[in-house]
Amino acid sequence: MHKKSLAMAALLMAGIGVQAYADPFDKTDLDRWAAEQEVVVHQGRALFTDGGLGKNGVVCAQCHPNAANTHPETYPKFQKQFGKVAQLWEMVNWCIKNPLEGTPLAADDPKMTALLSYIISERRGVKLDPGKH
Amino acid sequence: MKPIDPSRMTRRSFLETGLKAGGAAIAAGTLPLSLVELAFADPAQSFTFAYISDAHIQQIKGTEFVRNWDRGLIRAVAECNLMDPKPDFVMFGGDLAQLGKPEELDHGAEILSALRIKPRMVMGEHDYYLDLGKYWSKLFGPHSYSFDHKGVHFVTLNSILTTDEWTHHRWPTPERRMAEMADLDNPNGSPFMVGAEQREWLKQDLANISRDTPLVVFSHSPLQKIYKGWNFWTDDAEEVQALLAPFRQVNVIYGHVHQIQYNQIGTISFNAVMATAWPWPYPQSYAQAESYLPKLTVPMNRADSFFERDATGWQFIDIHSGRVAAHYLLPENGTRNVAFSENLGHPTDLAYQADSSRIPPQTHY
Repeated sequence: MHKKSLAMAALLMAGIGVQAYADPFDKTDLDRWAAEQEVVVHQGRALFTDGGLGKNGVVCAQCHPNAANTHPETYPKFQKQFGKVAQLWEMVNWCIKNPLEGTPLAADDPKMTALLSYIISERRGVKLDPGKH
Repeated sequence: MKPIDPSRMTRRSFLETGLKAGGAAIAAGTLPLSLVELAFADPAQSFTFAYISDAHIQQIKGTEFVRNWDRGLIRAVAECNLMDPKPDFVMFGGDLAQLGKPEELDHGAEILSALRIKPRMVMGEHDYYLDLGKYWSKLFGPHSYSFDHKGVHFVTLNSILTTDEWTHHRWPTPERRMAEMADLDNPNGSPFMVGAEQREWLKQDLANISRDTPLVVFSHSPLQKIYKGWNFWTDDAEEVQALLAPFRQVNVIYGHVHQIQYNQIGTISFNAVMATAWPWPYPQSYAQAESYLPKLTVPMNRADSFFERDATGWQFIDIHSGRVAAHYLLPENGTRNVAFSENLGHPTDLAYQADSSRIPPQTHY
């Protein structure tokens, strides 16, 4: 390693670097990020039980209490009805269009992000198993 | 009764099998309903009844209702009218409405009015918590009652009551109370119970019934504890079971759970009936909670969400010598036959009970 880099590394390790090279974050940041996440998860839960998400008043939670039977850890996976490997948001849109008789959301619609955040939060701790049926 | 090859079972062949069995009661269903036949050694004593449950008729606005749920109930009623032999009576297992509204109960009653036989009704929480059953009573009568039919004693309970505090003092409006109870997974809900008053009524009702009389109890919630978080639960289940336990042959048939469940506790056999509206996941598929799904239950196949009637199947229930055997017919799935085994002393799936016999779609996760 170059002599100068070694010196810089030594300085950083000693904690006396003037500039932040490794984007350090502390507990304040962690708390803020967790709070931001929590807000979106709550928005997702609200949408999950909101009769206004579709057009007939049916809500996601009617068939999926606690978002059960959604299996986010298995996506993307092959869906025979779509005839392709599909993502979870495509399945969410299928439900919005059919049982909820509503209009599908864009993949990056903040509402979709909130719904996915809630669904996945209810599945926390389950190991990833892509493609599982 | 002889073992039945489920893959070859039709409703017709099933009924014939049951009728030949003698001392059997058969419940048949080809739709989101059950036909229950109680067959005895004397064929003149044999009879059937049909069972429809959990229609969840849901108003959108005015005269618009959710099409999907309407279709499930309409189909069940049509099938019930075509049943041969004709059932002696029809049960409706509760949750006719989604939010207890008079419009929903009226619309549901109108669909049910196409039945050639007037149904006997069980109260569900979705019927109750808007006006505490007032409008429902006007349409359908008392919440708990009993009757005797050809040597069998039938009792209907309102099992979805809860504490006075939750019912009368917690919520600012009846609409809010209904909404809080309507969401299955809402932590603001409250555990169901039969309650002291109705338990006393049940005790009196059973006082003069012979312990040898086959007993069939209808409730909306399971009179056993499965998963509290979704109210697959009756809080005073043990007290109710204690009143039923002295009888030699007791069968509890319940709705609410929208899935195949069966269990045996002492002399009491439990069988759930399926919903006409939509299926529910088994509690074990919620990763954040523990459930007490009876070990006996081999789950139904996971629902195919792309087929709106999937897992809203129907069943024949066969009460052989006073014991229930349920024959579940599931669209796009193989027939499921769950019969009381005299040897094992509990309900047993005729094809899938052994761990090694189970198929991948029965794994819920």
